[in-house]
Amino acid sequence: MAKYMIIMRATDEAIEASKSIPFEEIIAQMGAYNESLMKAGVMIGGEGLADEPGVVVDFAATPPVVTDGPYGETKELFNGFWMLEVPTIEEAAEWARRAPLGAGSKLEIRRVHGAEDFPADNEWIQKEEGWREEQAGR
Amino acid sequence: MTGPSSASARRAVEAVWRIEAARIVASLTRVTGDFGLAEDVAQEALAEALVSWPASGVPANPGAWLVTTGKRRAIDHWRRAERRDERYAELARGLSETVGGDWDVEGIDDDVLRLVFIACHPVLAREASVALTLRTVGGLTTEEIASAFLVPVATVQQRIVRAKKTLAAAHVPFEVPTPDEYPARLSAVLSVLYLVFNTGYAAPSGERWMRTDLSREALRLARVLAGLVPREPEAHGLVALMALSAARFPARLDEAGRAVLLADQDRTRWDRSLIALGRAALARVDALGRGRGAYALQAAIAECHDLASSVEATDWERIVVLYEALGRIAPSPVVELNRAVAVSMAEGPATALRLVDALVAAGSLDGYPQLPGVRGELLTRLGRVEEARAELERAARLTGNDAERAVFAAKLRALD
Repeated sequence: MAKYMIIMRATDEAIEASKSIPFEEIIAQMGAYNESLMKAGVMIGGEGLADEPGVVVDFAATPPVVTDGPYGETKELFNGFWMLEVPTIEEAAEWARRAPLGAGSKLEIRRVHGAEDFPADNEWIQKEEGWREEQAGR
Repeated sequence: MTGPSSASARRAVEAVWRIEAARIVASLTRVTGDFGLAEDVAQEALAEALVSWPASGVPANPGAWLVTTGKRRAIDHWRRAERRDERYAELARGLSETVGGDWDVEGIDDDVLRLVFIACHPVLAREASVALTLRTVGGLTTEEIASAFLVPVATVQQRIVRAKKTLAAAHVPFEVPTPDEYPARLSAVLSVLYLVFNTGYAAPSGERWMRTDLSREALRLARVLAGLVPREPEAHGLVALMALSAARFPARLDEAGRAVLLADQDRTRWDRSLIALGRAALARVDALGRGRGAYALQAAIAECHDLASSVEATDWERIVVLYEALGRIAPSPVVELNRAVAVSMAEGPATALRLVDALVAAGSLDGYPQLPGVRGELLTRLGRVEEARAELERAARLTGNDAERAVFAAKLRALD
């Protein structure tokens, strides 16, 4: 088993087009989809990102420059993600295919690193694990 | 355009199967009224998908495609058997309407629950239930089940064939049990899933299906079950127990594959997302307001360990109380021995030794290596070195597990 992140991206046109669909309908469809992931016992987490301008910190210059809005020339916004735990990337892809999305939306699937991908004796890896532990809290 | 490799096309079909298997077998059982036949024709439909999808692409509604294909195979089967009865005619009539269409999503959860109850029916041997549950509810292939249980593929096939014959011979209905049988039947389902989990807990081996994967699959199936019976506290309790135990898996073996004792585990490697998942399930148990059962209590004990930054910082008083409660609901000498260990941490080895001596006198754990193992540990802490040595030597002789023997040997060396 491995953890995979399904990264959702949409073009400006797709986001505009989605505004013509009643918000409640979108919520209902996405809710039913998320429920199917929960019922299958494969969903570990997920979040949607607010549809409002963010800021970009660009390291092309030193010191880095902070500007408004999305980065790059492509008009694709990263607007949410799911975390799934499944045995193969094909199964993650099959779940992704079932998302209630339309043209202009894309889902990218990436495996999430586990502790086993790093040398266990590295001091920084150990520190990072410690921070995770603190963040997860009591 | 380059097509996907055949191995990856095969994995794509298997991915659909893993997601849909339970619902496909459940709906085919509903329409054919015959679980054994449904399982056969579902497998035939999967075999057809493995041939045709890599060439034609995955259909828009792969689940409906598999159900439709399975129904056609069922009709073929009846045609061969010359069973032109009403059910056959009805199925043949309905077939054209269902091609590519949606299935009855409303009733499907109930059908999957019936499927779970059939696969874990008490007329079946335990290992038959395990194989049947993993194949029909979990969507694992026979090869995956065989590799996870370290048995030949033919053995798993045989278990499944026999299980289906047994269910047919016993005329087991495709129904959720009646209220008077319900608690015992649910508890049988939970114990099959817990057995799968504990098999995965044993030493890892195998290639694609590692035994830890088996534990994760058991956890996934427990989550599926908890979704089907959300009002049952012990279903959530089992999810909590599995998640809170599996959270420690990443730290339980060292790089050479040797078992690492809880006290020596690198706790930073514990899986925080599983701890969060387990705690949420435990909170659901409590929200139902019907108290904690045996699984939930064991989960609560695992939670105490998971939340502690070290053995010393562990809330051992709380663990003692939880073991006391567990011992009342599910009395067992093993629980009593574990309680003694917790008492030794909370109150010291002398009190714990009295509990262990009572267990020795009762004789119910004769031959259980952990009994002299724990006693030896307590005697060590009390400075009674020679008695401790005799107990640890006995423990090392009794155990059949190499990792456990190494642990006792290390404790013996520490006495010198």
